Amino acid sequence: MPHTRTPAVADWFGGEGDAFRLLGTRCSSCATVFFPREDVHCRNPHCTGGSLEEVPLSRKGRIWSYTDSRYRPPSPYVSNPELPWEPYALIAVELEAERMVVLGQAAPGITVADLTVGMEVEVVPGVLGEDTETTWTTWHWRPTGVAV
Amino acid sequence: MTQDVAVLGAGMHPWGKWGRSFVEYGTAAARAALADAGVDWCDIGSVVGADTVRGGYPGYVAGATFAKALGWQGARVTSVYAACASGAQAIATARAQILAGLADVVLVVGADAAPKGFFRPAGGDRADDPDWLRFRLLGATNPAYFGLYARRRMAVHGDTPEDFALVKVKNAAMGALNQYARYRKRVTAEEVAASAVVADPLRLLDICATSDGAAALVLSSMDFAHRRGAARPVRIRAVSTVTPAFPNTVLDLPDIATDSALAVEPPGETFRASIARAAYEEAGIGPEDLSLAEVYDLSTALELQWYEDLGLCGAGEGAKLLREGATAPGGRIPVNASGGLASFGEAVPAQAIAQVCELTRQLRGTAGERQISGASVGITANQGLFGHGSSVIAVR
Ligand SMILES: [Zn+2]
Repeated sequence: MPHTRTPAVADWFGGEGDAFRLLGTRCSSCATVFFPREDVHCRNPHCTGGSLEEVPLSRKGRIWSYTDSRYRPPSPYVSNPELPWEPYALIAVELEAERMVVLGQAAPGITVADLTVGMEVEVVPGVLGEDTETTWTTWHWRPTGVAV
Repeated sequence: MTQDVAVLGAGMHPWGKWGRSFVEYGTAAARAALADAGVDWCDIGSVVGADTVRGGYPGYVAGATFAKALGWQGARVTSVYAACASGAQAIATARAQILAGLADVVLVVGADAAPKGFFRPAGGDRADDPDWLRFRLLGATNPAYFGLYARRRMAVHGDTPEDFALVKVKNAAMGALNQYARYRKRVTAEEVAASAVVADPLRLLDICATSDGAAALVLSSMDFAHRRGAARPVRIRAVSTVTPAFPNTVLDLPDIATDSALAVEPPGETFRASIARAAYEEAGIGPEDLSLAEVYDLSTALELQWYEDLGLCGAGEGAKLLREGATAPGGRIPVNASGGLASFGEAVPAQAIAQVCELTRQLRGTAGERQISGASVGITANQGLFGHGSSVIAVR
């Protein structure tokens, strides 16, 4: 049976291929951008509040910092305890247009040895994990110019 | 400037992995603090507990749990949860009650029996909880955030893993002298470098463990202290519990992203720096007045960050301050004379109280081999999840 592709979290990202983007919200009154999306009320304390509209975040940014996870994280992270643990890198990315930093896993195969602070990265679709019926999708950061 | 409250007593249960209930640890620390204060439990007008998790009721049981274990005697009771800042917020609550005249003498207790391995969120599918989401979506443990901060310092300030290791060497040397510490062995820089990488660039010995442990304080009004013959007690002069200011532009546990700085310019200081500033303002003192500091060294690199956030040195100068020996015993401003979390590990609701226990001993001049000579002003600092942070200033 083919796996259904389902976002690991609803409404945080969307689009296919080059059109893939993280999705935040923007306050119509003060222009603050929120990621993860804020759908209830603008959190700028100086803003009386406007409507919050969905907005795609910048596709590219620069590395603010990075690390990796050499030990298997506990639940609710899902991993197969039968398989040896494969560390993955985590990248915090500064988005210039939004003036914010967004954390994400690095694309598979990217290790901390491939990264430096300030390096340009882009957001790409990724897979968080699979169970018997579902492929859970997510976002990854990947240095620009690296082949898929 | 607010009035002082007196620290009449301080007590602890040794940190470790003892496999017993947090109630047992907390009660032992409370009895030790009461004995130290020379105050009978039945004379305590209020008990404030820093919360831990028990039986599916996270954060609602601590104050009354300790009061029951010590024997119900009708005291006012409060329970406080603020993650790693829980203990300091319990102290803040006790102080507010004393200054408001609601109680003359208050017992503050924090205790925990920590789980094995990484801290993790409670079970269930809780997609509205940022703490749950960072684990589910990113597998981002607490050490992962410490690794991000450490790498950022290396990139921006030129810190090295060898600098980080020196923090562990310094703190372990002090922990070896502390009967309440979990780890009582000196550590060398080579041992830090030889330990396994947990979250690049940090290694196992750069990151604090989880532990069982407990700490308690007996606080009172200055009048009560004088009536009890305590002519010159250690006094708490400030307790800072401020939130960050929007936009918070440093990635903080457990957040997946920072606030956007599009609409409002970021404040001129970080959240951690604002915690210290609020304490300094309340106490009417500055970093130049300090004799010692106890800060949350959740990781070695984070201790260097605190040096800067407390104003012990300028931005980016933390590693230099360390290398000069200024933060070691005998230096200009010793930091973590207790051995710090490097030697204790985390017992979340207890550790901010334990920091004040160390200040109390140091300011009394009863810290034994760890004594910082002439200690008269001390500060503590910590940061919990979800915008909780705190700092306490004590004087004598
Ligand atoms: Zn707004």
